[in-house]
Amino acid sequence: MLEIINLQAAAGGKQILNGITLTVRAGEVHAIMGPNGSGKSTLAQVLAGHPAYQVTGGEVRFEGRDLLDLEPETRAKAGIFLAFQYPVEIPGISNAYFLRAAYNEIRKARGQEEVDPIDFMDLAEEKLKLVEWEPAILSRAVNAGFSGGEKKRNEILQMAILEPKLAILDETDSGLDIDALRIVAGGVNKLRRPDNATIVVTHYQRLLNYIVPDYVHVLAGGRIVKSGGKELALELEARGYEWLEDAAVPA
Amino acid sequence: MTTAYAREFEAQASHPGTKAPWLAALRRVAQEHFERTGFPTSQDEDWRFTNLVPLTGREFPLVSADAGDVSPETLAPWRFTIPGVSTLVFINGRYAPALSSLMDLPEGVTVRNLAGALATGGEVLERHLGRYAESAGGGFTALNTAFLKDGLFVHVAGGATVAPPVHAIYLTDARAEGAATHPRSLLVVEQGASATVLESFVGLHDGTYLTNALTEAVVGDGARLVHAKLQHESERAFHVGTTHIHYGRDSRGQSFSVSFGAALCRNNLDVVLDGPGVETEMLGLYLGRGTQEVDNHTSLLHAHRNCSSREIYKGILDDRSHGVFNGKIYVTPIAQKTDAKQTNRAILLSDRARIDTKPQLEIFADDVKCTHGATVGSIDPHAVFYCRSRGIPEAQARKVLTYAFAAEVLELMPWADVRDRLEVEVMRRLDVRVEG
Repeated sequence: MLEIINLQAAAGGKQILNGITLTVRAGEVHAIMGPNGSGKSTLAQVLAGHPAYQVTGGEVRFEGRDLLDLEPETRAKAGIFLAFQYPVEIPGISNAYFLRAAYNEIRKARGQEEVDPIDFMDLAEEKLKLVEWEPAILSRAVNAGFSGGEKKRNEILQMAILEPKLAILDETDSGLDIDALRIVAGGVNKLRRPDNATIVVTHYQRLLNYIVPDYVHVLAGGRIVKSGGKELALELEARGYEWLEDAAVPA
Repeated sequence: MTTAYAREFEAQASHPGTKAPWLAALRRVAQEHFERTGFPTSQDEDWRFTNLVPLTGREFPLVSADAGDVSPETLAPWRFTIPGVSTLVFINGRYAPALSSLMDLPEGVTVRNLAGALATGGEVLERHLGRYAESAGGGFTALNTAFLKDGLFVHVAGGATVAPPVHAIYLTDARAEGAATHPRSLLVVEQGASATVLESFVGLHDGTYLTNALTEAVVGDGARLVHAKLQHESERAFHVGTTHIHYGRDSRGQSFSVSFGAALCRNNLDVVLDGPGVETEMLGLYLGRGTQEVDNHTSLLHAHRNCSSREIYKGILDDRSHGVFNGKIYVTPIAQKTDAKQTNRAILLSDRARIDTKPQLEIFADDVKCTHGATVGSIDPHAVFYCRSRGIPEAQARKVLTYAFAAEVLELMPWADVRDRLEVEVMRRLDVRVEG
């Protein structure tokens, strides 16, 4: 589904990713772990197409297409979804409008008809159950005044509605208490299917107790310095990152 | 130039107001003041960002035609559906009773046109009219007082009286081409009472005219006033409007100002917190396009202790339009525990749109919390990316976010119909459709 080959990227003239190679197949969950500043979030943002990052080398193929060539909105329509570490607040726009506008864009891209507000409300109420939420949240402005947990829950609600092929969860566990973590992770698990894939970017092993990965990759210095199964996450929890960071120092 | 206005002043000495000596004197003083000072120029500190020459370089005589009529269909888009609302319609500066609808009012509430009230006379008028708007406040104030004739008069007697909402609509049509109206409103909310007043200024044709409006509001001790000024003049017209609000002890109020129209719009909002414990909000939104000039000057006097003020003004400027925001906050030495917050934000949609913005805080008390923040720029790129990452195309995302920027102010309005209509107008201006 996703093939990242020797990806290099910079922001504001500073090189952050120094050659990432990673393959994600349908049905898989990959965890990207690593210390602060290792480039985890940059990788997530680059895959989603954030214009603040410049790709300086390498390539990314998504279902055979050159992903880096696509605008962010085209990537979304192709089936990529980034759950933001810091979801943006949009006062003045209701959650319902925002979700439906996004949903209809994705539908149009799939050659489906747009849905009207009433039909959309039926769908949204169904999806709200995945994140154990009440419909009242739909009439609030997008993320405005939401708690950290509500913002993350809203990201998963968007994901549930847009049904991406590849979901990238950027530090979705940060700022969540244990109940919110359970709800958010539960939502993600319910959305797992053999034909979609998930990349979980996280600093801590905690989230991986709930969303169990098939593969764990450790990023340091903008490179993957170690890959393994889910047991690698436990080892990182016990030993920290330092023993791996040495491996990131360029020879 | 000013002598033409003087001739007009002498020529219309016969209207009802001149019968009362106090009013004749008030108008005379204002006229003399205007003769002395004339219109402000860019040399005046309060006017230096705004080019008044297109307005002051010509004469705007009073509208000579009779008020005439407009059809109810023409009026319909401007009438608001607010429970219990009384609507007073003014055409080219004159009250149009046939188009107005006054509801039954509770005891102690007076709602009528000012000319009618002046003809009847009364102690409230004499006590308040012209007592807050200083003639010194620029030539426009003096000119309005010199020519004051009609407008809105609301009086709510003291006690727990809650006045139903009042909406004044000032319509200008082709019969006012090249001429001026000077709408004048007086709103008196006595101790402990409550009132809601909206004033709409509407151009019905694409003409050039001058609206020189002045509203004086006095909010008694413990009273409450929600006021909105909605400006939809012709984009070739001139609009200079001043709103004075004078708050007594422990009173509360909100003042909205929304501007869409006029080639040149100048809104002055002068607020005096003349007692301790006042809470006030000043909320503004303005849109500019083409070569529109939109100038908002607000002045807030924290004269006593324990008052709080929140001010949010937002502008969206496109094409070659020019915005001005000048927000003055003056805190006197005795106004301890003042909590004043001013925010002004503008979005420039084009490279040639401009804004001059100037917060002006003068604080003479030491135990206060005063903050101001100003941002000028474009839409937050993170928000644009957020929308795009959800599949919303960039151009659409920018429009939706610009709309959201405006809607954030409109959503603070307590009247659903007003909010909805203004939101639709913003959408039309931004060419975007955003449903609930």
